[in-house]
Amino acid sequence: MRINPRFTDKIMGGCLTLQALFIVGILILIIVVIFIKGFPYVTAEFIFSYPQDMGRLGGIFPSVVGTIFLGLLSIAFATPLGVGTAIYLTEYTKESSLTRIIRFGVESLAGIPSIIYGLFGFIFFVIKLRMGWSLLSGTLTVSIMVLPTIIRTSEEAIKSVPKNLRTVSFSLAATKWETVTRVILPSAAPGILTGIMLSIGRAVSETAAVIFTMGSSLRLPTSIMDSGRTMAVHFYILAREGISMEKAYATALVLVCSILVINIVAYYLMHKMVARYS
Amino acid sequence: MARTKIQVRGLRVCYGPKEVLSGIDLDVYENHVVGLMGPSASGKSSFISVINGMINFEDGASVHGRVHIEGFGELAENNNHVALRKKVGTVFATPIPLPRSIYENVVFGAKLKGVPRSELNEVTEESLKKACLWDEVKNRLSDSALKLSGGQQQRLCLARTLALRPEVILLDEPCSGLDPISTAKIEEALSELKRDHTIILVSNNTKQIARASDFVAFFYMGKLIEFGPTERVFTNPENKMTDDYIRGKFG
Repeated sequence: MRINPRFTDKIMGGCLTLQALFIVGILILIIVVIFIKGFPYVTAEFIFSYPQDMGRLGGIFPSVVGTIFLGLLSIAFATPLGVGTAIYLTEYTKESSLTRIIRFGVESLAGIPSIIYGLFGFIFFVIKLRMGWSLLSGTLTVSIMVLPTIIRTSEEAIKSVPKNLRTVSFSLAATKWETVTRVILPSAAPGILTGIMLSIGRAVSETAAVIFTMGSSLRLPTSIMDSGRTMAVHFYILAREGISMEKAYATALVLVCSILVINIVAYYLMHKMVARYS
Repeated sequence: MARTKIQVRGLRVCYGPKEVLSGIDLDVYENHVVGLMGPSASGKSSFISVINGMINFEDGASVHGRVHIEGFGELAENNNHVALRKKVGTVFATPIPLPRSIYENVVFGAKLKGVPRSELNEVTEESLKKACLWDEVKNRLSDSALKLSGGQQQRLCLARTLALRPEVILLDEPCSGLDPISTAKIEEALSELKRDHTIILVSNNTKQIARASDFVAFFYMGKLIEFGPTERVFTNPENKMTDDYIRGKFG
């Protein structure tokens, strides 16, 4: 006997709604747990003071600075390279075995576990290029790690720019490069920005690759050749070594909140940009 | 007799093995409007994209024969297409404003061409006036171009092309999606524009060709069937096919 299609429709609609709610529920649960466990310990002093006794006491200021540097610098390295690759793949070449190889390489990069990036960065940047455990080694390693995300999202964004905008630009005597910089990139900017945001999130929450390349010094980094510690690494070490669960959760809360704030600000900017002329 | 601006001899265009234009000989006179008419797939648009060099973006397209543009040279010999498109502007069938303000749309090409910043306002006003759009938008130049109506957008596209001060203007069915009032405004603009420019107007609409052009070329299946002064072709066509097309027996 056939089940009444209207009944099936209702059931499936309900199931899908539940699934979606479940996903949001998990997110809320994680945030609530971190909030409950960490909030009592988060104060302005905690964020702006130096840690004492391996982080058992005091604050997390050096790791806040380390996180900001790592996030910004890795994006500064990865964005031009990633967006450039995406522009090459979409605008400057036709589909060929070369582009297929590049795409395959990008996908493979995306699938490599971050610990492998850490080992590579350790061997190549830290040892071979004698950069030592430093912000520079860390940011270079993390940049390579986030490249696939930036390339993929930028490529999708550039591809979704209507073809006839290119035609118009060329018909108005623009060169290819002028078309890319004045027509395609502005239209693709929201999509590219999304990729950059995702990448910042990945960079600041990375631990394995960062410990291997940036080290875990608790001192305040003052140059890019200094070792340093990000909040994610700090959290990991505090929790893993059993130094202080309270401080660990407080650090996690600061990290999660800053990622949320970055995302909200980026979202806001993006909407402003999109709304400007449409 | 006016000077020849564009001279086309033995033009043949193929997409792969498929020939879309064969053996076209055509003279376009300076400061006149030449109308190209003919049913779909008769090669009118391919002809246009040869003149503005855009055909080079098409995969598998090959162009044979001579096209000489006065002031630029032989298309086959000079492949500086950016320079070509500064002389030859194009307005497409569907208005495609860039997603930015009206002002930014108009000055897009002029900026690239290197027109000094101090002259851009002047260029904008002049181009919009020529395109019969100035009065409607002069108080809201910083509004998004996407907010304009279809007819206004098409005139904006015309103004944007004019801002480059091209010698030749190609219009590829510019009124195909427009209402009669907008169409009339574009035609009004064209009648003024031919004083300073050479114009090629492609249209499916024979009545528009009859109204707006000085010379008319009838294309069918990639061949130029008939060419002559508009009045003569429309009153006394030499070719039976032209006669049938004008009378609306096919197409």
